[in-house]
Amino acid sequence: MNLQPTDDTDAEARATSPLSLEISGVSKSFGRFPALNDVSLQARDKEFLALLGPSGSGKTTLLRVLAGLERPDAGEVRFDGEDFLSIPVRRRKVGMVFQHYALFRHMTVAQNIAFGLTVRPRRERPSKSETADRVADLLSLVQLEDLGSRFPAQLSGGQRQRVALARALAIEPRMLLLDEPFGALDAQVRRELRRWLRDLHDRAGVTTVFVTHDQEEALDLADRVAILKDGELRQLGAPNEVYENPADPFVYDFLGPTCRLPGRVEGDRLTVADWETRAPKDAPQGRVELFFRPDEVTFAPADGAGLAAQVKAVAARGPNVRIECLIEGRLFELEAHGPTAPGGVAPGLSLRIRPMRPKVYAARSDA
Amino acid sequence: MTVAARPTSATRLPGLAVVLVLASAIVMAALVLLPLVVVFADAFAKGLGKYLAAITEPDAVSAMKLTLLVSGIAVPLNAVFGVAAAWCIAKFEFRGKGALLTLIDLPFSMSPVVSGLVWVLLFGAQGWFGTWLIDHDVKIIFATTGLVLATILVTFPFVARELIPLMQDQGTDEEAAALTLGAGGFTTFFRITLPNIRWALMYGVLLCNARAMGEFGAVSVVSGHIRGLTTTLPLHVEVLYNDYDFVGAFAAASLLASLGLVTLVLKTGLEWRHAGELAANRRH
Repeated sequence: MNLQPTDDTDAEARATSPLSLEISGVSKSFGRFPALNDVSLQARDKEFLALLGPSGSGKTTLLRVLAGLERPDAGEVRFDGEDFLSIPVRRRKVGMVFQHYALFRHMTVAQNIAFGLTVRPRRERPSKSETADRVADLLSLVQLEDLGSRFPAQLSGGQRQRVALARALAIEPRMLLLDEPFGALDAQVRRELRRWLRDLHDRAGVTTVFVTHDQEEALDLADRVAILKDGELRQLGAPNEVYENPADPFVYDFLGPTCRLPGRVEGDRLTVADWETRAPKDAPQGRVELFFRPDEVTFAPADGAGLAAQVKAVAARGPNVRIECLIEGRLFELEAHGPTAPGGVAPGLSLRIRPMRPKVYAARSDA
Repeated sequence: MTVAARPTSATRLPGLAVVLVLASAIVMAALVLLPLVVVFADAFAKGLGKYLAAITEPDAVSAMKLTLLVSGIAVPLNAVFGVAAAWCIAKFEFRGKGALLTLIDLPFSMSPVVSGLVWVLLFGAQGWFGTWLIDHDVKIIFATTGLVLATILVTFPFVARELIPLMQDQGTDEEAAALTLGAGGFTTFFRITLPNIRWALMYGVLLCNARAMGEFGAVSVVSGHIRGLTTTLPLHVEVLYNDYDFVGAFAAASLLASLGLVTLVLKTGLEWRHAGELAANRRH
């Protein structure tokens, strides 16, 4: 996604760096509700890993297992080769940022950040001046130099989030865990903080796992994305990998706007309605469902090749054109970017649509 | 419909409101203010000298001392029990939580006389453990221990009930954060949990103390009314009243009334300064 060569070598270095976090076969249920079911995944040293899924997918439970706040019913978690589950929370040295930040409301910002240092056993506890220096460093790292003496209630959401981050970093964590770090912020602040957090991670060089339900956030930020549903890991891969090659209909649907149509694959031919084309590689045989992104289509005249479509409405949205059309009796909202938009499209017009990168999955009644 | 009806009712409301406010003011004055005035008026009916004599005579002083002793033991214990119970209920999930909540409320719903009687039935001379206690020369009923037990039982819910909604509202995230930052259980409790509930705790202790000092029913059953030994201030009032010593009775009563007023002032002060931390619970 990023074309700068330096970033590419960084990413390569990370891809070959040793595993730091190894989760194998972790299961956890609350009463009769299975929150995690046999989840296995790994993170490399200094990797930025996103746990992505809808609510109830088990992503937060998994994060809490890593923090030591939940105990899995089965499975193993190793960190740098150590059995992490046998270490109690307070000795794991994981920096956790909670969804609602969980700042200590009766302490100032500076006291919040210093907390992890002041609760150390007396022998390891830094002196007062060392603590103050460290707090000042962290405050400047999160760009809140002047707010040390404020109370959490006097801060904005974005500032609270940065305090929570500074507090987590103060203990020099072996791993950073972020639970929906942008969940409670408005869209504008969210986007600003996203880049900032990524930079911070790269500078701090700590393995980071973050939970989100926002696919855009996960794809934009993470080195790799783990997609969960109903407590099961559906796919793990680099953002472009999972986006371009979703493992199943759920992942496809979850990662972006989706158009789907029933079809058939016989041999290497794919038939959808009156359109016949070469089936994608590895397509299953028999009844299938065709998936494509509404902005990954080309348009052809009515007598060309493709899916017969009838234009219902056209709306220009900035540089994009939204074309509502009927294909096989279903209404689709397609999107054409300025240069690729066909000229002279108007309601009532018949034309043909060709998905650029169709994905084909075996038809399943429950998908 | 309601939106359309609002302007008319709003224009009519002030007149009605004035009537209602006046009516409630009169009722309040008759039911609350008047008795309070009577208490002080009768206490000072025979002059300041008689009043001072009434509250400094030995039985009155020992009643005051006993009241302070009993609440001095019962209130701190109930503060500890209350915090422990609220902490369990608000921060953990376990079986039987509903039953525990009901049990905590039991003293509220039970007549204080019953709360006193249970101790007599357990530890009285004819009680379950009566003979054993007599054999071992342990005195609970008709003694300070019994007064303390009865007071603890009656005032148990105050602190817990004040804390539970607040602690449930605060959740466990801050504690969890403290643990991940390396704090142990004790540190977490004393540096995070306790400071977060301090004002609500003070509020609960205040109400608990007011009730503990003023408790009559339960204490009356276990006291035996031994003058100068097992009469607390409320019991002392009754004893004097039954003796037709009205100045003495009202003088002692004025002390209890003053305690009530002080509690009210402190309580209002707390509510005013720390409304946010008490807002979770407004039933008292």
